[in-house]
Amino acid sequence: MTSDKRMTADEAASRLESGMTLGIGGWGSRRKPMALVRALLRSDVHGLTVVSCGGPDVGLLAAAGRIRRLVAPFATLDSIPLEPHFRAARQRGAFELTELDEAMFMWGLTAAAHRLPFLPVRAGLGSDVMVVNPGLRTVTSPYEDGEEFVAVPALTLDAALVHLNRADARGNAQYLGPDPYFDDLFCEAAREAYVSCERVVDSAEFAAAGGPQTLLVQRTCVNGVVEAPGGAHFTSCVPDYDRDEAFQAVYAEAAADPVAWREFTGRFLSGDEAAYRAAVAAFKGAAA
Amino acid sequence: MTATRAEVCVVACAEAWRGDGEILASPMGVVPTIGARLARLTFSPDLLLTDGEAMLIADVPALGEPATAVEGWLPFRRHLALVTGGRRHVMMGASQLDRHGNQNISCVGDWRRPARQLLGVRGAPANTLNHPTSYWIPRHSPRVLVEKVDMVCGVGYDRAAAAGPSATRFHRIPRVVTDLAVLDFETPDRTMRVRSLHPGVTAEELRAATGFRLDVPDHAPRTRAPTAEELRLIRDVLDPRALRGEEVRT
Repeated sequence: MTSDKRMTADEAASRLESGMTLGIGGWGSRRKPMALVRALLRSDVHGLTVVSCGGPDVGLLAAAGRIRRLVAPFATLDSIPLEPHFRAARQRGAFELTELDEAMFMWGLTAAAHRLPFLPVRAGLGSDVMVVNPGLRTVTSPYEDGEEFVAVPALTLDAALVHLNRADARGNAQYLGPDPYFDDLFCEAAREAYVSCERVVDSAEFAAAGGPQTLLVQRTCVNGVVEAPGGAHFTSCVPDYDRDEAFQAVYAEAAADPVAWREFTGRFLSGDEAAYRAAVAAFKGAAA
Repeated sequence: MTATRAEVCVVACAEAWRGDGEILASPMGVVPTIGARLARLTFSPDLLLTDGEAMLIADVPALGEPATAVEGWLPFRRHLALVTGGRRHVMMGASQLDRHGNQNISCVGDWRRPARQLLGVRGAPANTLNHPTSYWIPRHSPRVLVEKVDMVCGVGYDRAAAAGPSATRFHRIPRVVTDLAVLDFETPDRTMRVRSLHPGVTAEELRAATGFRLDVPDHAPRTRAPTAEELRLIRDVLDPRALRGEEVRT
């Protein structure tokens, strides 16, 4: 019998250490492991290198001063193009940035998952990505073409956080939305991975929810499973729920002003996940 | 029927995908999205379109309406793979664009500590090196059409040439469509030239709105007007809520 990897979000966060390289799944404001990020905010972990297709995960960690270096091709809230905390943090020089093209980012994770030191890509040549990342090297094809490519270094992670729709207690996880994003790559590129999900189910229940190709993450690379209903809120987690646009708008507005942000933090981020859910429910009740 | 400036721009964007065949048209922005859909409904029926998320759509819905049929699956990772295979023509936006076609969407000012942080490079470096990349500028101004961009995200002709044959192999910038004109790089030194001025725009107006020296010939061609059938498709079928008018002033 394989082990039961269920744990709380706070237990998952307690496995993380300051200075780690941490990959965060999802994309922009889509299926971000927000309950795990909120647990991370309740811990004292800091000095992180965060690797993410950035959304409010990057925003919240930047606002709390937990990021030493960000590795990302962008940070956005999708329906709101610019992530306000990311923007403010960059403009005050709050962290270092490794700015990569989306394809470079994907192949960097893939290289790490395959235990390769790099993978060659055409992307990057001629752009200022090569200038702002002076450590990037090129590689010449050993075959007749002799073409030169960027050698994207492996984005090897100490830990990964992802959120999927369903998981079993052993760490197999299922996505039911239209896009896997890079969640499996994040888990495979990491020494340890923590998967939160809307609902922990018996493995036998997976098949009824979707075909075998929806079983995105395998238990071999998963160390912890966290049942977190609403765990991607306020980002989207279709088909369980869409992005909470009203809440995201309030987040973005508060993020633009220090006084409003203190108020937002006090109202939504000063307690545990249950307190967060209660505060969000009260917000929705007030808005209705 | 007199076409608005926005409608002229829609057709100018659609024209960028003429003759492209069976490839993915990736429009960014309202006017290019209507343009890509118009091209598919008229002179480029084989184009592929997405719903803006992970689905390739089999029909051509109005802006903001869901597709009723899906013909394929294109999540981000397959999208990035499709980019490197070259079967795509994107029309991206630009916060800054220079005469060589270098584009910036990352940040304004010194990259190390920017005055204005924007999106980040996103997929611009990969797009420009792997398949045709056109640009859409809804507000042609000296702040956008600049002498030099602050961060090269999309690669222009000069930078591609300097980077060598791997960079130039699939590099091409067919068009730049703005609210004032259509521009391209069909010059001996691959710098920007005027392909056509939109109806009602003067050469002087275009020069003044451009942050680098742009030669505007005295008898520059005019951007073609939409046909009656194109106007019907734009107004009644593709954009009945007239969202195009919010992106381009009359």
